[in-house]
Amino acid sequence: MRTYLLEIKYEFLKALRMPQYSLPTILFPIVFYVFFGVMFGQRNTGAIKMSEYLIATYGAFGVIGASLFGFGVSVAVERGQGWLEVKRTTPMPIAAYFAAKLAMAMVFSAIIVVLLMTVGATLGGVVLAPLEAIALFGVLIGGSITFCALGLALGFFCGPNSAAPLVNLIYLPLAFLSGLWVPITFLPKTVQAFAVWLPPYHFSQLALRVLGGSRGESVLMHIGAMLAAAIVFCAIAYAGYRRDEGKTYG
Amino acid sequence: MQMPAQFTRVTKRYGDIEALRGLDLTIRPGELVALLGANGAGKTTAVRALLGLSEPTSGEVRVFGSNPRDAQSRTRIAAMLQTARVPETLRVREHIDLFSSYYPHPRALAEVIEAAGLQGLERRKFGELSGGQQKRVLFAIALCGNPDLLVLDEPTAGLDVEARRALWKQIRAFVATGRSVLLTTHYLAEAEALATRVVVIHKGVVKAEGTSQEIKGNAATLEDAFIEMLEAS
Repeated sequence: MRTYLLEIKYEFLKALRMPQYSLPTILFPIVFYVFFGVMFGQRNTGAIKMSEYLIATYGAFGVIGASLFGFGVSVAVERGQGWLEVKRTTPMPIAAYFAAKLAMAMVFSAIIVVLLMTVGATLGGVVLAPLEAIALFGVLIGGSITFCALGLALGFFCGPNSAAPLVNLIYLPLAFLSGLWVPITFLPKTVQAFAVWLPPYHFSQLALRVLGGSRGESVLMHIGAMLAAAIVFCAIAYAGYRRDEGKTYG
Repeated sequence: MQMPAQFTRVTKRYGDIEALRGLDLTIRPGELVALLGANGAGKTTAVRALLGLSEPTSGEVRVFGSNPRDAQSRTRIAAMLQTARVPETLRVREHIDLFSSYYPHPRALAEVIEAAGLQGLERRKFGELSGGQQKRVLFAIALCGNPDLLVLDEPTAGLDVEARRALWKQIRAFVATGRSVLLTTHYLAEAEALATRVVVIHKGVVKAEGTSQEIKGNAATLEDAFIEMLEAS
């Protein structure tokens, strides 16, 4: 138990001492929300206003970023450094290592979501009912699990230097095509049809549903898609973890 | 009696490459065994198998009689790996604190600091240390769980003479307590200075073993004997 707590403690200290890496992850979605959600806030996106819609989708965007970077890039870097290998020679439960990164990603996600709601309430004129706010928070933080799994899969297959650009290359287009930057209904029909295959689309629809702004598709389908994606990403990550064992000779 | 480490006819194949071809090697209590070999001889593969980081293709590796992957084995063996880079923003004492928590009977922080010669550096961040000091931190996190077998994979690579001598002193102090070390090195003088027994491996099998005197034979230095041996094969 002490190991779990210490892993979490030092994971946080590492992040605090490297604000140049942790701050952009937090600020990126907030700044985007101010540009699009506040400036174009009064436009309608169907059932709800843009300023409401984008709280849900930039919330999803922020959570995905924190998960992908917190897991993907940091695992890739620590693998590349040989640091994970040193830890694997010890009796450390590997679960403690991942639990610390999961805790980290969730706290970052929580900070982003709370900041977004604050900016929404003060600048965007979006006042959520307490129950709505809690439900949205819960959906967004819960959904981070799928993207932590994706991050982990990337972390085991990316090199330490290529991880950050590669994660961006996946993260940004995925977010756009899933309707996280501008409402999905503003995108061409072909893109909308394609989005059903992207996990962030299902994530954002679940979040939008809390605010009454989803497209009204089945909740079970969204949850099923998120779970299926999480399982596939975990399987890929596990394959990468096993592959590490066969590597290097001399 | 259970040997700290035992390789029995261990082979390891990576695709077409056979890194180990039937390695037999035993490390006894209180011994410092230097494992020598050219690049590609199988040193790193042997080390990884001993640490349970990779599974042999055939044969058996035992650490105090158990599978190296067992949690029990991992509490008794610790390693200083050559490639390791450590998170740079954590302080020396924080690294030791974290690693100590992995073990059932860790050594006291002050004792580890002293054994690794890190006095006065406890609060420094890893990234602020010199190369020699960084190696000593890696040595400290290997020591902190109070292991009975220490694996040092080229521990002094890239260090200046002074830093190398300082680490030698700490390695000798560890062996003096009756525990065992497996050392791989490219510096044959290092093997000569530290090892109670030298094992030369070539193409994945043991080519020669004995005290450094025995390996040297009539050659002037261990290095000469080593080169002669490689040329003969």
